[in-house]
Amino acid sequence: MSHHVLSLLVEDRPGLLTRVAGLFARRGFNIESLAVGTTEVEGLSRITVVVSVEGLPLEQVTKQLNKLINVIKVVELEPETTVQRDHMLIKVKTDAASRSQVLEAVTLFRARVIDVASDALIIEVTGETAKCQAFIKVLEPFGIKELVQSGVLAIGRGSKSITEKVLK
Amino acid sequence: MANEVLTGAQAIVRSLELLGVTDIFGLPGGAILPTYDPLMDSTKIRHILVRHEQGAGHAAEGYASASGKLGVCIATSGPGATNLVTAIADAHMDSVPLLAITGQVNSTAIGTDAFQEADIVGITMPITKHSFLVTKAEDIPGVLAAAVLIATTGRPGPVLVDIAKDAQNGKAEFVWPPKIDLPGYKPVTKPHGKQIQAAAQLIKEAKRPVLYVGGGIVRAGAHLELLELAKIIGAPVVTTLMARGAFPDSDPQNLGMPGMHGTVPAVTALQRSDLLITLGARFDDRVTGQVKTFAVGAKVIHVDIDPAEIGKIRFADVPIVGDAKEVIAELNAELNADLKGTKPDIAEWWKFLSDLRTRYPLGYTQPDDGKMSPQFVISRIGELSGPEAIFAAGVGQHQMWSAQFIKYERPNSWLNSGGAGTMGYAVPAAMGAKVAQPERLVWAIDGDGCFQMTNQELATCTINNIPIKVAIINNSSLGMVRQWQTLFYNSRYSNTDLNTGTDTIMVPDFVKLADAYGCLGIRVEKEEDVDAAIKLAMETNDRPVVIDFIVGRDAMVWPMVPAGLSNDAVQFARDERPVWEEGEEE
Repeated sequence: MSHHVLSLLVEDRPGLLTRVAGLFARRGFNIESLAVGTTEVEGLSRITVVVSVEGLPLEQVTKQLNKLINVIKVVELEPETTVQRDHMLIKVKTDAASRSQVLEAVTLFRARVIDVASDALIIEVTGETAKCQAFIKVLEPFGIKELVQSGVLAIGRGSKSITEKVLK
Repeated sequence: MANEVLTGAQAIVRSLELLGVTDIFGLPGGAILPTYDPLMDSTKIRHILVRHEQGAGHAAEGYASASGKLGVCIATSGPGATNLVTAIADAHMDSVPLLAITGQVNSTAIGTDAFQEADIVGITMPITKHSFLVTKAEDIPGVLAAAVLIATTGRPGPVLVDIAKDAQNGKAEFVWPPKIDLPGYKPVTKPHGKQIQAAAQLIKEAKRPVLYVGGGIVRAGAHLELLELAKIIGAPVVTTLMARGAFPDSDPQNLGMPGMHGTVPAVTALQRSDLLITLGARFDDRVTGQVKTFAVGAKVIHVDIDPAEIGKIRFADVPIVGDAKEVIAELNAELNADLKGTKPDIAEWWKFLSDLRTRYPLGYTQPDDGKMSPQFVISRIGELSGPEAIFAAGVGQHQMWSAQFIKYERPNSWLNSGGAGTMGYAVPAAMGAKVAQPERLVWAIDGDGCFQMTNQELATCTINNIPIKVAIINNSSLGMVRQWQTLFYNSRYSNTDLNTGTDTIMVPDFVKLADAYGCLGIRVEKEEDVDAAIKLAMETNDRPVVIDFIVGRDAMVWPMVPAGLSNDAVQFARDERPVWEEGEEE
């Protein structure tokens, strides 16, 4: 099983996400994470999707995605040439005794506290998947009450832009 | 000059007229009613009122497959739209250019479970090339133009346009030609020059090449280019179920159909080949059998307009994305320049294949029950009708026999449901074909099971003067299922008896049914009466004809590669495998 980060430039049309998600489901491809949002160009959205595939079919995934009429471009983003980030909000149980230890972890991981209650903190952390996972490990003993996360966001390094080429 | 203001409904009709649509198959209902009003006034579009929307869908498919043009069907929302689903799925599997227009409830009511509301765009998403939901009148011309472009270019396929009732009733300036904005749709038709050279090189080196020809050749209209290619290299040709007629059966290079019910020479040619020149075919499981043992010694050139087909099932040594017509034309030019009139030496290969052809021709035995042999009936239909006729089949034994025993000489003369295997395709598809090509003799060769799924369209044929001929190959059972029960389920015939034979209670009596629909009904039980009945059918053009051919129910389709097995296990008759010469068995 290998993981690949695909970036899809798509027309922002009703049902687009259903088309993409439906394609993954019916062709038997597994989605590990999905992040969708508008781009700098009006009418275009970008989908970052992490897929896990066995053996041959990554090429099938990209070819089938390319067949969707509203999909303009599909690129695989290699870790070496891209910046990839996860974003998480974590609600951790804290009391007077544990709070300072949690805050220490927050500092070490360069995370941020964004809400404080007498018995809990909400922490925001951004980083590569491995870092975020490590942070969760550290927080687990204190008691994670709630966790939400974006899918992986990824963008190519340097000045090149995938939208630029398409719009020419 | 200011643009004319039209209702959305008028814009639908006007757009279709301007897009060159001349025939539509459909059935009105609440949500499409606004469109049916201006449709009544159109002098350019003939609307044919079907009896069931599935019939409209298959008729549009038959229309498209017989003529190469776009087929159009129209239905109302909810059940009208869902009744099109089978035909849309069928068109998707067989790459048929189809435009399906459906009415939808008012845009303000969408999502409220309104009367006759169904999310047909959602339902058909996996089985359409693309789909649109239109909620504003001003979007109609652009969407219809885009839909037709998508359906008919690249790899053809079905496109659904779902139009809300208030969009049909709304008004907008009619702008033509509309702007088509499809930044993500750029089908590649022109092949890569380097790949053409690489393909030519493999062809020149091959000792056992085979032209593995699929339905893409028919859709691309590339049959003449194919003929030229075949003559340049002299290689054997196999034509898949979807490609029957893409290469003349009378040509000695044609080994017939490969696959589960393919000829022994065609199946073996693929298995023993060292180069598959794959043209508009997709390595369907019915052709390859078990993939890992399929043509293990062969390199593959794979030509397809759909990049996703290349490498999907079988690795391609030389992948070529492009329109088959352009690709083969360029390949021919390359080979002509390279070979300068000489031909690759494949005499040994032909010796092997010719010997197989002599030893294992297509054949059949006479049924034990004294009834007619279905293969004989179908052969006679083909022989008496000739290659200019069109033959539409249902799905099952009669379909396989029609693919095997009718000689096809031209593309678009053989219509069937290949990928989806849709029983009930034949009668409405034949109807559509006859509308597209009224001068041609059009046969529906159907089974007694298939016929009972869509025969209501005989009413449409009679009333609209569409004189098709229907040959029911009546074995009083779901024959192909029965064959599998015979072979793989110890002859336990679970739910395959249809009681339509002459020695049963005969429900229904097909001759009476034909009569009730205003058709000429004929029953034939003896082989000596077959020709006369076929001739009478061919002479009768004031109404449709239905011939009830009573055939033996134990007749089986041979050769056969049992499902999931290697093609090496091909049997030309029950438990009879070809005998290979010394040293041939690998």
